[in-house]
Amino acid sequence: MNALNNPAPVYRVQRTTTSSTLGLALLGLCVLVLISAPLWADRASLRLVVEFAYYLALAQMWNLLAGYAGMVSVGQQAFVGLGGYLLFLLASRFGVPPLFAVLLSGVLVAVLAIPTALIVFRLRGAYFAIGTWVVAEVFRLGLAQMSSLGGGSGQSLPAAIVRQIGNDRDGRETLIYFTALAIAIAAVAVVFFLLRSRQGLALASIRDSEPASGSLGVDTFRTKLMVYVLAAGCTGVVGALIFLQKLRISPDAAFNLQDWTAVVIFIVIIGGIGTLEGPLIGTLIYFALRGCLAQYGAVYMIILGLVAVVMMLKAPQGVWGLISERLGWQVFPMQRRLTVQIDK
Amino acid sequence: MEWLNTLLQGVLLGGLYAMFAVGLSLMFGIMRLVNIAHGDFIVLASYLALVVVNHLGFSPLASLLIVVPLMFCVGYLLQRGLLNRTLGTDILPPLLVTFGLSIIVQNLLLEFFSADSQKLSQGELEVASVSVGTLSVGVMPLIVFASALLIIGGLQLLFYKTSLGRAFRATSDDQHTARLMGVNNAHIFGLAMALAMAVVSIAGVFLAIRTSFDPTVGPARLLYGFEAVIIGGLGSLWGTLAGGVILGVAQTLGAKIDPGWQILAGHLVFLLILVLRPRGLFPRSVD
Amino acid sequence: MLTLEKLCAGYGDFQALFDISLTLEAGETVAIIGSNGAGKSTFLRSLAGLISNQPEAIRFNGQAIGDMAANQVLERGIALVPEGRKLFPSLSVEENLLIGAYSKRPGPWSLKRIYQLFPVLEKLRKRPGTALSGGQQQMVAIGRGLMANPQLLLCDEISLGLAPTTIKDIYAALPSIKADGTTVILVEQDINQALSVSDRFYCFQEGRVSLTGRPGDADKAQIKAAYFGI
Repeated sequence: MNALNNPAPVYRVQRTTTSSTLGLALLGLCVLVLISAPLWADRASLRLVVEFAYYLALAQMWNLLAGYAGMVSVGQQAFVGLGGYLLFLLASRFGVPPLFAVLLSGVLVAVLAIPTALIVFRLRGAYFAIGTWVVAEVFRLGLAQMSSLGGGSGQSLPAAIVRQIGNDRDGRETLIYFTALAIAIAAVAVVFFLLRSRQGLALASIRDSEPASGSLGVDTFRTKLMVYVLAAGCTGVVGALIFLQKLRISPDAAFNLQDWTAVVIFIVIIGGIGTLEGPLIGTLIYFALRGCLAQYGAVYMIILGLVAVVMMLKAPQGVWGLISERLGWQVFPMQRRLTVQIDK
Repeated sequence: MEWLNTLLQGVLLGGLYAMFAVGLSLMFGIMRLVNIAHGDFIVLASYLALVVVNHLGFSPLASLLIVVPLMFCVGYLLQRGLLNRTLGTDILPPLLVTFGLSIIVQNLLLEFFSADSQKLSQGELEVASVSVGTLSVGVMPLIVFASALLIIGGLQLLFYKTSLGRAFRATSDDQHTARLMGVNNAHIFGLAMALAMAVVSIAGVFLAIRTSFDPTVGPARLLYGFEAVIIGGLGSLWGTLAGGVILGVAQTLGAKIDPGWQILAGHLVFLLILVLRPRGLFPRSVD
Repeated sequence: MLTLEKLCAGYGDFQALFDISLTLEAGETVAIIGSNGAGKSTFLRSLAGLISNQPEAIRFNGQAIGDMAANQVLERGIALVPEGRKLFPSLSVEENLLIGAYSKRPGPWSLKRIYQLFPVLEKLRKRPGTALSGGQQQMVAIGRGLMANPQLLLCDEISLGLAPTTIKDIYAALPSIKADGTTVILVEQDINQALSVSDRFYCFQEGRVSLTGRPGDADKAQIKAAYFGI
């Protein structure tokens, strides 16, 4: 109460909007439908959903790094491959149950990401990007030299381990399906809650101006390290799942730039970098494009690349960016709006 | 003696890597642009040379007469038509657009030329060697190294003794004030890219003579060029030569230990230098 | 020679100038005075082409140049000596002067004449542009602007951060510059020095012209009022 005896206004930070409530409800519905899918969908469709799930997760992580933390990495394939190799190692050499191994791989990749970060953080901007690429190449070439892990031609998952996942093919595919869904949802959730937290605010301030946020007391190095390691760990989990499904790993497949980085980058650019909805839209568009153009071979990468380049030049906010600008929609309640409530 | 021979080969290889790096150095120095498609343009030049050799019957070295001016123009048009639009304070657009370009160029080459390995033959010159004391040095590697020296020397002359060079340096310092001098930034950036592409094309032809190539070898060249720049230190062309030499020596020594270790050795030496000397070995003091 | 009509300029959402209209005759020296944030630098930057405006807002020798880029404006004969000198660190003193002549505009100015105007620079010609004292850097900056043989020279706060004796030395060079018929616009916070060398003056206050006239016409009180907006 102030001196004039007027009631003090109540300030509240509001997050949700009508569109976000609707959007989340719609998403929830989709998830429920997907959960029921093994009952009615065919095997090819289920595999497609699994692929969708892991590209979505990879895209969310790349988006977290580049769109929110301002760190453009062209070397995330390093962690995909590491996750895959660690899975094979843990499952076949140390007898860790496969699904647990998937999670453990992620944790180990996160640990390995720390010394990696200490090296690549010495570079900035575009040089940082290429540095991450060099790191991925080091992993690829190094692992190709290790004959105990299959060397250049790679190795297959032993039959005994495969049976541990499930006794028959359908059982295995169903288990991988639900794991993939869980990972995708978790990836989105991790990014969502991180960005809504204090750390998320710190991230936004670093992205806008690193020196300014540093002068305000934000520990930029720690924050960036945390995000890098988190993204690496989650990417590692996805990598482990990918190769669990493929049942076979080789250095060229594990650390393939085009599969794990180029496509992911294009997905995020086309969908909308710096938003949570963007990677979702981008992945949808990618699968639609791929479906239409798959018959044309290498041309579809050219078209994908062209679309990404044009988007970057003409509509850098991506498809979702265009939609939310025009219509003001948001699906994930991310905004922080100040509302004032004055009681009469 | 074997090791001395290996060392010498590494030094000469460094000349080629320095050529990969000079273009990167130029582009970053003048316009703060890192072209992720740099390596793919080197390979594009190799394929252009292939076309000239196959359809016009030129020898690979003679094809330089056509390929270099052609790539010069390609570079100028690419910069003014596309890349100038990406320049600004945000690092994302130039990075992502050139990344997209890289994928596009690779796949275009794949479509037009297939994934088959190609190689250009310079006939006898390829296997000719000269004796220096007890060492035997290949003539081609010597030519490549000498070319690298000429290119860097020529560029230094351009930058420090000509009006255009002054304009390049001024634009690199402060592009807004450079405009106040009457410098047309768009044109200067175009020229810078054109120069970079000219060097890239020379490197591409030499690469094609030295070893076999296919549409996917571009990225590796980008990485070697990038490593040479970082090892040498930003802002110094002679430093880039030193960086290339160190990388070349690291690779050939690595290959001597075990053929599979060649490229890995180079990467590891790069990472080591990055950790110990993040600014490179000969950085320019003015940033 | 120069007409400005209702020039409105700013940065993004922030408008710095509101409907500035003024004229300039060839050979004049005009002072623009005003406090910090009055819009003086924005005015010069708009003239020089660093800030884009409506084409018709600025007419130079009959040509509408409001929307031209800085390099095009220079080619037409308007050179800016920017606030803070802005010499090129990678270039030596002599190279900084030489790049002023990049546009190759014909005229009386040459390296030799610049060294005659500012003799101390000749001894320093090989030094990096920024390894000089503030006053010497200002001389290089002015010389660099002159090397373009401009019809109109814009000087943005050339006395900023300099000792009084240095300021006097620099202003002592102005008569030689004016002798060739070069028109000069001087933007200054230091009123006395600026008014002592100019034919007319404009006082800016919060983006508008608050007072204009000949230095002798207005008295101290009027200028103070116009300067501070009291």
